[in-house]
Amino acid sequence: MFRAMVGIGILCALLIVVTYEFTLPIIKKNKTEALEKAVFKVLPGATKKITYKLNDDKSFEEFHQERQKEQLVYAGFDDDGKLVGLAIEASGQGFQDVLNILYGYSPESQTLIGFYVLESKETPGLGDKIEKDKAFLDNFSALDVSLEESLDALKNLVNPVKHGTKKNPWEIDCITGATISSKAIGKIIKESSQYWVPIIYNHKDSFKQ
Amino acid sequence: MEIQTTEKKKGGFFESLQNGPATDEFIKGLWRENPVFVQVLGMCPTLAVTNSAENALAMGLATLFVLIMSNLLVSSLRNFIPKQVRIATYILIIATCVTVADYAIQAYSLDLHKALGAFIALIVVNCLILGRAEAFASKNTVSKSFWDALGMGLGFTFALLCLGVVREIFGTGTLFGFPVLPGSFQSWIIMILPGGGLFTLAIWLLVFNGAKERKAKKARAL
Repeated sequence: MFRAMVGIGILCALLIVVTYEFTLPIIKKNKTEALEKAVFKVLPGATKKITYKLNDDKSFEEFHQERQKEQLVYAGFDDDGKLVGLAIEASGQGFQDVLNILYGYSPESQTLIGFYVLESKETPGLGDKIEKDKAFLDNFSALDVSLEESLDALKNLVNPVKHGTKKNPWEIDCITGATISSKAIGKIIKESSQYWVPIIYNHKDSFKQ
Repeated sequence: MEIQTTEKKKGGFFESLQNGPATDEFIKGLWRENPVFVQVLGMCPTLAVTNSAENALAMGLATLFVLIMSNLLVSSLRNFIPKQVRIATYILIIATCVTVADYAIQAYSLDLHKALGAFIALIVVNCLILGRAEAFASKNTVSKSFWDALGMGLGFTFALLCLGVVREIFGTGTLFGFPVLPGSFQSWIIMILPGGGLFTLAIWLLVFNGAKERKAKKARAL
């Protein structure tokens, strides 16, 4: 009995390992392509992308290797070489599993200008409205993330509010029927923007073509 | 002489098509023993993911793939699997197939993987797959098990589509994402919520059982 079970266990493990090894490079390539596409989605008007790495001393430098654990941002430039904005990756707990998102930040207007869900396992038909609901996505066409005068913190933190009660440009109008998922997005963006926006704004001159 | 042989051949061919073991295993899953409408198996994905026709189709096809793989593996290993631990072994095999399917879909298209989202992992606990492994694949040859899995999988896909189409049309006024009802139609939100799934399933079961009963009555009258 043991022999048979161990044998079947090894067979199954082998099958998984072989599939994993075989598909890993393809999946990696797919993911890079998907990220590339997503960067241009959250930075409307951008036609060229340069990846930057955040150093420990909070300065940025161009990054061309394969990613390990670096903190990266993606700068998008338009045809004239002008900076459109920066795409920032963020993640956090959703309703089912970890949500992985990408959002665009424009230092010029100090607003968030785009949003895209990279990875989600939210409930189909309900939670996955965060990817499709037009009214919700419109929140991110000009979400206010302007800084205090001292330039080290946000004036108003991004705040998810109940559907239909959005009054201020820094509030996110949530979705009825996808409350937890849309609130989770709000929380992820709030935490991520709190961290990234001051750093990026204070180094906005390092993003040049 | 020649005509006779062809006739014989013809008869043999049709006979094998109608009564051949492979075709029978295939047909029974589609209709006579449809996993959803007759066996009432796999209710969790049936109710959870049929809120649109596209989701239903994707889930049905993913299940079909896993079902074929697990049936093939279980039936080819059926003489090695110890009886006392067979259920645990089947689960292991099914989980392996699901993981393989998950990677394969990710490699094939990330968009498809995104659309299927949480469904893929759910296939592990679909009792239809375990049920076919236990009730059929563990006792039958590999080729028979393949036909059984194909029939059951397609029957499952068909049933999911039946629910998904009805729910999408009434719930959002679209079919596969294209609008089919006039814009003035007020969509019934309940149809895409779990309650609508139960209603739709009940109505389909009513239709299928009604048809079965009429057929039985006819048979009795004859």
